[in-house]
Amino acid sequence: MRHIISVIVENKFGVLARVSGLFSSRGYNIDSLTVGETNDPEVSRMTIVVKGDDSILDQVMKQLNKLVDVIEVVDLPREQSVRRELCLIKVNCNSGTRTEILEIANVFRAKTIHIGHTSLIIQITGTEEKINGFINLMEPFKILEVARTGVAAMQRESKEQ
Amino acid sequence: MKLTGSDIFIECLRKEKVEVLFGYPGGVVIPIFDKLYDAKDIRFVLTRHEQGAAHAADGYARATGKTGVCLATSGPGATNLVTGIATAYMDSIPMVAFTGQVPMSLIGTDAFQEADITGITRPITKHNFLISDTSKMVDIISEAFYIASTGRPGPVLVDLPKDVSTGMIDFEWPEKPSIPKGYKVVKYADPSVIKNAADAIKASKKPYIYTGGGIIISGAGKELVTFAERINAPVTTTLMGLGGFPGSHPLWVGMPGMHGTYTANMAFTDCDLVIAIGARFDDRVTGKIEGFAPNAKIIHIDTDPAAIAKNVKVDIAVVGDAKAILEQLLEVVKKRDRNGWNDYIDEMKTSHPVTYDKKSGTIKPQYVVEQIYEATKGDAIITTEVGQNQMWASLFYTYDKPRRFISSGGLGTMGYGFPAAIGAQMGKPDAIVFDIAGDGSIQMNIQEMATAVEQKLPVNIAILNNKFLGMVRQWQELFYGKRYSSTNIELQPDFVKLAEAYGAHGIRVDKPENVRSAIEEAISIKGPVILDFIVDREENVWPMVAPGAALSEVMEGLF
Ligand SMILES: Cc1ncc(C[n+]2csc(CCOP(=O)(O)OP(=O)(O)O)c2C)c(N)n1
Repeated sequence: MRHIISVIVENKFGVLARVSGLFSSRGYNIDSLTVGETNDPEVSRMTIVVKGDDSILDQVMKQLNKLVDVIEVVDLPREQSVRRELCLIKVNCNSGTRTEILEIANVFRAKTIHIGHTSLIIQITGTEEKINGFINLMEPFKILEVARTGVAAMQRESKEQ
Repeated sequence: MKLTGSDIFIECLRKEKVEVLFGYPGGVVIPIFDKLYDAKDIRFVLTRHEQGAAHAADGYARATGKTGVCLATSGPGATNLVTGIATAYMDSIPMVAFTGQVPMSLIGTDAFQEADITGITRPITKHNFLISDTSKMVDIISEAFYIASTGRPGPVLVDLPKDVSTGMIDFEWPEKPSIPKGYKVVKYADPSVIKNAADAIKASKKPYIYTGGGIIISGAGKELVTFAERINAPVTTTLMGLGGFPGSHPLWVGMPGMHGTYTANMAFTDCDLVIAIGARFDDRVTGKIEGFAPNAKIIHIDTDPAAIAKNVKVDIAVVGDAKAILEQLLEVVKKRDRNGWNDYIDEMKTSHPVTYDKKSGTIKPQYVVEQIYEATKGDAIITTEVGQNQMWASLFYTYDKPRRFISSGGLGTMGYGFPAAIGAQMGKPDAIVFDIAGDGSIQMNIQEMATAVEQKLPVNIAILNNKFLGMVRQWQELFYGKRYSSTNIELQPDFVKLAEAYGAHGIRVDKPENVRSAIEEAISIKGPVILDFIVDREENVWPMVAPGAALSEVMEGLF
């Protein structure tokens, strides 16, 4: 099963290594991990996408909770959370393909942020599925580079409100 | 008040009521040692290897219940602590390890004697810190002691860069000690969970109480006895839990697991309810997991939520402190009368005692342990090394009180017992302390004899000398066709002369009739003593559940 786990941590030295170490020491592969400050600069949020055996994940979540620098751990339920990712794609182009690429980008509400003679850089945000779909469509034009941020996610409604 | 980091360090130790510190100096910690020179109220014990310092701090903690503290220099000093830290981590022992570090400006440059010790110890500490600024020292050290000693205890490492310990700041005690934000400790459980547990106990015809080190850590011994007597359930205690329930109590059935008693193992197989308290279902206890407690519901009480349901499926999970939860249970659990289950258990205990061949005419290691028990009236602090010696020390000495049996259970660290005995003796100066040792293990930290002599500690080392790495040899005998690959260690020092070379006493015993008098002589000697017992070379530890077998397949020796 695929899970998106949100980990609220104290923004301290070594915390990223502690969190990622818990996954790697159990042979658990992280699909993506994003981290950044919250509105409180002393607190960061990590969003971790993993897939694997549920009982191992349950154990990892308990271990995460045990880390001194971890304030909260939530396994975000798919239906009740929003997930977004940003992706930059550098794709090969020439005068013949440029318009076609831009049209596709337009349909995906992606932005063109650099236009060169032989390549374009497109920025797209959305769910992973949307980004995967876009990358698929770019494939025939020859993708030169892809940079994805990984998923950021949060629950639609907070519990205590 | 202007103070240096090293001054503040000493003040922090005082504030934490540290009476003894085990360690070893080196370049980047000289400023701290310079302050320790004047701090007469903090006893510094110079070990002869940093591993010895870590184990001594751990032994001190296990014997006293207080937090053990050790100090080493950067690089090799810090890495020498690693085995000791991992040992304490596996057994949930409160310990704070301080390491020197190269100055902040040099970190990451492969500076002389630099090692990334916070990185190295991340998976074997409960938490660790690098103090990056002298002004953070007070908060970090108080958090370190708090984290090490609360909840499920464990080692915490604090790395002190040299410029931090020499830096000078305006110093004032903070109003309140700092407590880490995300750190939570649960004491009591929700009453509804307690009720579920009580209902399961009420419904059970064959309840079985399985306890571990958690009982000792939380000081729940009295409550446990009351609880066990209330529900008339047999009790087993793991290696870590020995003494947490009196070994001479009629409800006690011995230790479970690979070298556990027949009764303790069969009780798992036959019971209909396991009440686990502060124990973690280690694979050495459960045997083959599919064959473990096949007919039982499991209630698991533990302070660490991550320990629950880690190795076995649990029916009722109770998170909380063992003592607090037992108090809650005692409020609601009704008396359960003895029934056929109790008769069955008692009958098994009588027909399957833990025993050995008593007519051999040679010194049996089990006999040595029994004699130590009798000579010390069961009230000594016993530390152990690892291997057969450890199992005999647990099977043939009866522990009636907590903190009397001190052994590396989780990591199984050879070389632990002697430095741990030193630490235990420092913490309990009036106790009789014996390290029950193997001739292999004792050679792993024998350098600490200098420490014991220097500190004038009357620790006794009883070497059960079989001139083998006995436990490995036993496996080779039973499972590898007696191919004794690299386990014959006949080439060994003369342990009596070795003791004497350090300025200690050595006594060799090669006849059964001299065992008892030698033990008594050792006890009467004021300084450290090595007793070199020449025992049957190929004696085996029984009972035994073969690796990978179920507990019900427990094998007993033939006598
Ligand atoms: C540091 C370390 N290295 C290796 C082992 C593996 N090991 C477990 S028991 C044992 C033999 C111990 O021999 P000895 O100390 O003579 O004790 P005996 O079993 O003979 O009582 C070994 C090598 C270990 N537990 N610890």
